[in-house]
Amino acid sequence: MNETTAFQPGILSGLWATARRDLLLAWKRPGDVLNPLFFFAMVCTLFPLAVGPSAEQLEFSGPGVLWVAALLATLLSLNSLFLGDFEDGSLDQLLVSPQPLPVLALGKTLAHWLTSGLPLVFVSPLLAITYRMPWSVVPVMMLTLTLGTISLSLLGSIGAALTVGLHRGTALLSLLILPLAMPVLLLGANTVSLAAGNDIYSTGVWALGAYAVASLSLAPYATAAALRISNE
Amino acid sequence: MNSTLSAENLTLIRGERCLFEGLDFAVKSGELLILEGRNGCGKTSLMRAIAGMLSLETGEVFWNQRPVRQQRQVFHGSLVWLAHRTGLKGDLNMLENLQFERSLRQQSEGDAESVYLRLGIERLRKLPMRSLSAGQQRRVALARLLLADVPLWMLDEPFTNLDREGRKLVMELVDEHLADGGLCVMAAHQDVDIDAPTTKIRIQ
Repeated sequence: MNETTAFQPGILSGLWATARRDLLLAWKRPGDVLNPLFFFAMVCTLFPLAVGPSAEQLEFSGPGVLWVAALLATLLSLNSLFLGDFEDGSLDQLLVSPQPLPVLALGKTLAHWLTSGLPLVFVSPLLAITYRMPWSVVPVMMLTLTLGTISLSLLGSIGAALTVGLHRGTALLSLLILPLAMPVLLLGANTVSLAAGNDIYSTGVWALGAYAVASLSLAPYATAAALRISNE
Repeated sequence: MNSTLSAENLTLIRGERCLFEGLDFAVKSGELLILEGRNGCGKTSLMRAIAGMLSLETGEVFWNQRPVRQQRQVFHGSLVWLAHRTGLKGDLNMLENLQFERSLRQQSEGDAESVYLRLGIERLRKLPMRSLSAGQQRRVALARLLLADVPLWMLDEPFTNLDREGRKLVMELVDEHLADGGLCVMAAHQDVDIDAPTTKIRIQ
């Protein structure tokens, strides 16, 4: 066996393998998927009860509440991203696997987004109705939430990787991620508000898209480096 | 196929403690490297350092005379790692767990049936791992070694949780692997009864 034939992985096989396994795990433990979704729905439905159901107030605060709830729900689910793998030793297997670690980390993040970010996007129209959001604005909100949750999952994976070796790293994780997540929140909530006020909102969508692309290209490397450091 | 694993001047410091200093070794195909020492002396740390999971204070590990740092993927493609924590998912069954391993290595099914029979795990394939006993989980983890078909086995305490037959089986498997031209690095604190040329490192 010489060096060139020893191993030649396809770059995407590791991505699909990890994503597939994590989706399978999520399928076998649906509770983990439903938790953040439940949290999201709860915050969004409790808020009007607390501040009062007047129409103007709901219309005014709707985008902000939905976005804050989405951000917090994503943070809530991030802690477990690498924790299970760390505890049962699969993380070691990923670290010594012949696949590039950033690709494996991206596969895990993809599965995380599919099981936490995407469900939020699909549930959000139902909650938007309770805030009297006009139908024309709902697609804008879904689009911004899609782009925003992609960024949040990717940025969050860096924090999750850094805190994986610590016990109860949730608070630290939130602290690490929030500064990076602020632009997403501001852009997302304001874009939806602008759309609701019949203003031009496309700038915000482009900016969110740019943020998502930047996270997509940089975060996997940072996550891989963080995993190596925190697993030393 | 002839592979070598060697190291020069390895020093590892964890916190305030120096676990080992100026450590050298060299093993080639067909040879066994055993790491000995009492609990907590740094056997696992040395294993992790060799596998590239811990960064060393000084020194370099070589695979086929080339530094591992320069060819991480080739090196990791040539080794299989088995430690105390097996890396198997409790919620998935045996086939799903092994399937994941296979897709990471992009391997075909191979002769999986005979491996299952040999390890006595052929009846466990559809059961979730968490419902198996520790020894059974260990045997499933051993299947990873046989299915991986790579030259270097790195085994950290491979006899944990195994019964007498299981321990004998591990020794047989390692023996056959070495006879096939493989290499094995093993951390163990019990006597290992393997006839292959053996290098022992005792960590103080």
